[in-house]
Amino acid sequence: MENNVVLTMRGISMTFPGVKALDNVDFTLRKGEIHALMGENGAGKSTLIKCLTGINAFEAGEIHVDGIDGAVVNHSTLDAQNKGISTVYQEVNLCPNLSVAENLFIGREPLTRFGAIDWKTMVKKSQKIVDDLDMKVDVTQNLEEYSLAMQQMIAIARAVDMDCKVLILDEPTSSLDDNEVEKLFVLMRRLRDQGVGIIFVTHFLEQVYAVCDRITVLRNGQLVGEYPIADLPRVKLVAAMMGKDFDDLAAIKTDDAKDFSDAPVEIDAKGLSHAGTIKPFDLVIHKGEVVGLTGLLGSGRSELARVIYGADKAQTGTLKVDGKEVKINAPIDAMQLGMGLLPDDRKAEGIIEDLSIRENIILALQAKRGMFKLLSASEQNRIADEYIKVLQIKTPSRETLIKQLSGGNQQKVILGRWLATDPDFLILDEPTRGIDVGTKTEIQKLVLQLAGEGKSIIFISSEIEEMLRTCSKMEVLRDGAKVGEITENLTQENVMKAIAGGGSDE
Amino acid sequence: MKRTKMNSNTLLLFITIALFIVMYAAGCIIYGSKGFSHFQTFLNILITNSGLLCVACGMTCVMLTGGIDISVGALIAMDCMFLAVGIDRWGWNPILLCVLVLVIGLVFGFVQGFLVGYLEIQPFIVSMAGMFFARGMTAVICTDQVSISSGWFKDIAGIKLYMPFNIGAYTNSKGVLQVPYIRVHVVIALIVLIVIFLMLRYTKFGRSLYAVGGNETSAKMMGLDVKKTKLKAYMLSSFVCSIGGICYCMNTLTGSVQQATGLEMDAISSAVIGGTLLTGGVGNVIGSFFGVLINGTISTLVKTNGKLLSSWSNIAVAALLCFFIVLQSIFALLKERRK
Repeated sequence: MENNVVLTMRGISMTFPGVKALDNVDFTLRKGEIHALMGENGAGKSTLIKCLTGINAFEAGEIHVDGIDGAVVNHSTLDAQNKGISTVYQEVNLCPNLSVAENLFIGREPLTRFGAIDWKTMVKKSQKIVDDLDMKVDVTQNLEEYSLAMQQMIAIARAVDMDCKVLILDEPTSSLDDNEVEKLFVLMRRLRDQGVGIIFVTHFLEQVYAVCDRITVLRNGQLVGEYPIADLPRVKLVAAMMGKDFDDLAAIKTDDAKDFSDAPVEIDAKGLSHAGTIKPFDLVIHKGEVVGLTGLLGSGRSELARVIYGADKAQTGTLKVDGKEVKINAPIDAMQLGMGLLPDDRKAEGIIEDLSIRENIILALQAKRGMFKLLSASEQNRIADEYIKVLQIKTPSRETLIKQLSGGNQQKVILGRWLATDPDFLILDEPTRGIDVGTKTEIQKLVLQLAGEGKSIIFISSEIEEMLRTCSKMEVLRDGAKVGEITENLTQENVMKAIAGGGSDE
Repeated sequence: MKRTKMNSNTLLLFITIALFIVMYAAGCIIYGSKGFSHFQTFLNILITNSGLLCVACGMTCVMLTGGIDISVGALIAMDCMFLAVGIDRWGWNPILLCVLVLVIGLVFGFVQGFLVGYLEIQPFIVSMAGMFFARGMTAVICTDQVSISSGWFKDIAGIKLYMPFNIGAYTNSKGVLQVPYIRVHVVIALIVLIVIFLMLRYTKFGRSLYAVGGNETSAKMMGLDVKKTKLKAYMLSSFVCSIGGICYCMNTLTGSVQQATGLEMDAISSAVIGGTLLTGGVGNVIGSFFGVLINGTISTLVKTNGKLLSSWSNIAVAALLCFFIVLQSIFALLKERRK
């Protein structure tokens, strides 16, 4: 073991039913460093943390903590806390109805000679703890009187006062504004200088470079590598997270992009936003144009689409459809305006498992017409048959339950559902996820064909190649904000650079 | 220690106390001629409601954890019936009976607390089962209305503890000096109140009740034993309720199947009027004490009036409950807005 190492995890493996969540992962944390744990959603960051804190049981591997002989296995967060491993989550795990002092000391309150809680000492000690950390807090006030950022810092103060050697910060900045984040960083640096080892889990790239000393990258449950921050510029970090070897990227040329600037505008969004998910953005989509939304998972791709569609109500900004300003309060408004959204979570938000293909297809059309204008049975059959044929859905009959179809065919049914409403504007969120290659190509062709008919389309996908083939314009998102637009030189290299952003240090 | 700034919860408590004072003062002015202004009237409220006060204290503790215990009314009926039949028909030793009542309370609370805490069943359902059980057992012990006609349980219950220094004394129309008095069970109830107040403020268990009600997950994360805390809360509620049962029996000296029907609702409304949130984490027995006093004052006012249907006190309590619930949510909204 190296000197001043506080935590080593070696060969950690764990399986969820059907998925290898962690596969032989190593992780090392040293004293007095802030260590970022990076990876896309589903890369295994949370699972690794949970194995460490005893929420998940791991199947293979060993954990060693400085000062404790032998391998450590935690069975609960409390167990982990007692061994000096504390976690502070995005949602604060303190009691808002108790005073700050109590939150710092609950479970280990100082007692008087008679065994009663010694409030005086508790308040005095608490005030010292927060004063030492330069926090302006009156510890006799209830926790709920303070901002979320302050509550989080109080949670950290509690962890530190309980002699933690390893402090895990799991997405602590997700609900903080820039000012609050900066305050948190000051506290983190101070703790680092005191010798605490900090594991920082976040999906904000900027923050990693602002505060961290070292980065460990995971992908698909496997360790990609551990790097000192200086050796891993942004673009390389993104490449590592997405699993592309940046240096070897062949620039895939696409055909010259069609110029849509003369085509009539279908969607014109200005300053739309939804607090906590997507910062204000502008977006123009012309008729017949396919626009791609790209960025890391969790960068706000789906969220942007949801705001346009009204699934998350826009809180600021204006939206023009076909030149007319409109107000979308709920998805039904968007449908009436000729929009459709194919959600990324097909199982939860798309299909209705126990209904037949016919029923799933006519669903949106019926909703658009309203419940009092029922589609006749023959009409329903005609529509269902039409889309089964057009989309080449492989099914024994239109009355087959949708859950009996393969993923690709289910996706086609959902696509058929929206095509049946004859939309002018379609949002396709990960339409090809979990679908075999052949069907993928079919869907891509279909997208282009629909665009050819003059429909406008937002296409969201994690596969850059697929987007390059279908889109004529790419919007780049990072950390919940639109940060760029690529209209020319659509190459994988350019897109990756745009996703990584900021550091043009490569 | 620095003085805590007034937050919305203490403000609510002050509103409750102020409301009681205003209500009582109004009663004294309007019904002064009917004797409402005598100190004894106030003490009578304590005498009649000593059982309710105990129950409300226990209920507050359970509600602090975010739970509820609707079995208390029926448990009181069972306690009273057991005491009455035990003393009057079986001729058992009253002290032994009281100890048994308390033990039964603990066991009863243990079962309820175990179901709520460890098996994570809804407190409402659990205590509803408890309610049916206790009410049923009352009838199994005896279906008659049984009065305690003699014995020293009755003698102790009959003791008048006169106010020292003739506080609040007055001479009645026949020229006899009337010194206000309380009874033994009032003292018992007040001791319960004080003990629970101190427990909530100065013991780890007391603070755990608040923590569990504030945020259960957090409480667990901070190393508190949530399950055990809940178990203890229900045991405390049933135990204190049994003390309340003894108080109640000392006041009525009867056992009957229909006794103390709806008492659990009076206890809940007292706690809510006193500022305890049904969602848990906020509340105080001092508030519940004033809640009980307000409940008692209302019914005394209605009785003193003499012409009003007694159901008017229900309507008054309903109005008050609405008032306090609305007030609480306004405060909650304001707090939300401030953020």
